[in-house]
Amino acid sequence: MSDSAITRKTPEEVVFLKPSRGWIRLNLADLWRYRELIYFLTWRDVKVRYKQTVLGAGWAILQPLINMVVLSLIFGRFANMPTDGIPRPIFTFTALLPWGLFAKALSDTGRSMLANRSMITKIYFPRLIIPLASVLGGLVDFAIQFVILIFMMLFYGFAPTLAIVTLPFFLLLALATALGFGLWLSALNVLYRDVNYILPFLTQLWLLVTPVAYSESVVPEEWQWLYALNPMVSVVEGFRWALLDAPAPEIGTLLISSIITVIVLITGMYYFRRMERTFADLV
Amino acid sequence: MDMSDNIAIRVEDLGKKYRIGAQVARYQTLRDTLVSATKAPIRALTRRRFTPTNTIWALDGVSFEVQKGEVLGVIGRNGAGKSTLLKILSRVTEPSKGSAEIHGRVGSLLEVGTGFHPELTGRENIALNGAILGMKRAEIDRKFDEIVEFSGVEKFIDTPVKWYSSGMYLRLAFAVAAHMEPEILVVDEVLAVGDAEFQRKCLGKMGDVAGQGRTVLFVSHNMSAILRLTQETIVLEKGRLVLRAPSAQAVDYYLSSGYAQSGEHTWQPDEIPADSHPFIPIALRVRNPQGAIVDTLRSVEPLHIEIEYRLQAAINGLRVGIYLLTTQGEQIFTSFDTDDQQQYETYTNRPAGNYLSRCTIPADFLNEGRYIIGVNASTFRQRRYFQYENALTFTIDPSGAPGMQWGELRLGAIRPRLDWQIQHNDHSPMGTHSVPGASGRRDE
Repeated sequence: MSDSAITRKTPEEVVFLKPSRGWIRLNLADLWRYRELIYFLTWRDVKVRYKQTVLGAGWAILQPLINMVVLSLIFGRFANMPTDGIPRPIFTFTALLPWGLFAKALSDTGRSMLANRSMITKIYFPRLIIPLASVLGGLVDFAIQFVILIFMMLFYGFAPTLAIVTLPFFLLLALATALGFGLWLSALNVLYRDVNYILPFLTQLWLLVTPVAYSESVVPEEWQWLYALNPMVSVVEGFRWALLDAPAPEIGTLLISSIITVIVLITGMYYFRRMERTFADLV
Repeated sequence: MDMSDNIAIRVEDLGKKYRIGAQVARYQTLRDTLVSATKAPIRALTRRRFTPTNTIWALDGVSFEVQKGEVLGVIGRNGAGKSTLLKILSRVTEPSKGSAEIHGRVGSLLEVGTGFHPELTGRENIALNGAILGMKRAEIDRKFDEIVEFSGVEKFIDTPVKWYSSGMYLRLAFAVAAHMEPEILVVDEVLAVGDAEFQRKCLGKMGDVAGQGRTVLFVSHNMSAILRLTQETIVLEKGRLVLRAPSAQAVDYYLSSGYAQSGEHTWQPDEIPADSHPFIPIALRVRNPQGAIVDTLRSVEPLHIEIEYRLQAAINGLRVGIYLLTTQGEQIFTSFDTDDQQQYETYTNRPAGNYLSRCTIPADFLNEGRYIIGVNASTFRQRRYFQYENALTFTIDPSGAPGMQWGELRLGAIRPRLDWQIQHNDHSPMGTHSVPGASGRRDE
């Protein structure tokens, strides 16, 4: 068997199909082989997103700007939440960047399996690609918004400190958190369509427990550990620290957030893989 | 080289179990689970499997091998397990038991146009669809011109495909799929879509693929295509493999097997594909002039073919019709109930309700032999609600037909009683020019 594989001129791929039992291997090598599909699906999502809209990619800019105005009004004018001395618009906008990326990725991912039903029921490819592409699709909007943020930083006179080198880490943390929870939600959504209805509430509530419109300093000391269970707290604080020289996130908070994200991501991948064998039959 | 080198597909005891009702209630809500969990806490806690009575084996204990370069046909009624087999082999779904071994890249023509996005242009969709079908970017770039040329949509390649006609859309989709060059090609009923010209092109492409020595698994209801393209064919019946034989033999077995005997075909709810809604077929019958449902009819008498169906909602532009084929797969004719201009005006828009479309095949029309009726309900160039290629077969008995006095087998599908005029011409030039022996006999 194996010796013939060596003597053969072109290596032939042999696939064995069997019922799988229990927990399945993640098979990330397969994911790598299909990396072009990840690229193409991400590209499709981006390309299609603002088709047949008047403003086109302008929406990528307008959405966080409107959010910024609304949140600044409510939390500043009415609730008068602290901002650690940073001008409120840029304080909020800096947090809205990773938050927007996260919230969009979460809801897109949660719905992604149903949205790509026709592909799933007709053709093989590693199913993980679908939620993955949904998460990555948000990066283009993020990049556009980042340019706006640079202009705002110039306007308000913020010069980046050395802490800016940590920005990719916090971006990665946001993406990993979105993917982790997204994997759970997308797999659950195949089984239980309730997820569709839960998603909007989930993102709304999540926004309230994330210091997007207020500083985390309003949270009492004894509750900080509980607050840290939300990885987006670290992400938002990290962004403000890296870009606006706000107080750095506590190392303990950071650690808890990272551990939570890693746990959710890994369990999410395994749960997704475990459910994968039934996707084509149930979706 | 040992024998195992020549195997393309090896399937052993392959089975796929589905839960019954999965098609009716396609997904459960969280509430259902919670309710059943509280009703049966023990079952939920111990994670027991559902009781076996709730499951159905769509595919059961199927074993076969396909050699490299072989073109194998797969036939069987709707629900016999053909699609399930293909889904397992193309890795869309997992088997519940048994195993399959596949040597080489599998491409399937069952996913023509999968992942096509209406907002993207033809050019963009080629790239996307190619990637979905597992083609490398370099491969897509290399074949791009060829794909565009095959599809015949050059002029509109930078137009979003949502502006394409359904024919253009299909041609482009097929062109991409046809150029992926897998070692193993799986084809399922693509030939049922598109116009005749396009079907010819598809069949031609399939012939090419087979000719290049690649392995092809060809699932079809089109018996003439099966006979033309495959050497061997497997027959599936209720999820089991009942026969593997040279295609002519397999087709013959399939056409004459059990269900075809009665003169009537009724559709069970589980045989009706979900996308046929709102068209629900009920029965197809063949009746003799006395109104009895029979399997054997006389060539010299008219016969009636009727389709009973229900429309759950009104359909505009509906036409319900039949195909008639010989058991060799030759198409004799296609006819729709609204072919007639007056019928068309009255019935092209049909409200919901029960219907019976009935036609009469005149006396002295069909030759002796067995015939296949296929059913089609569609709107012209828009949608095919329901198609069933081999719904029913019947036998024509030739007694009393013209020419029976010689007891020979007449070739051809029809046996018309033509109005012959024979003129006896005394002053025929025949006599003067004829060779004595031959003409002498003719004059007798």
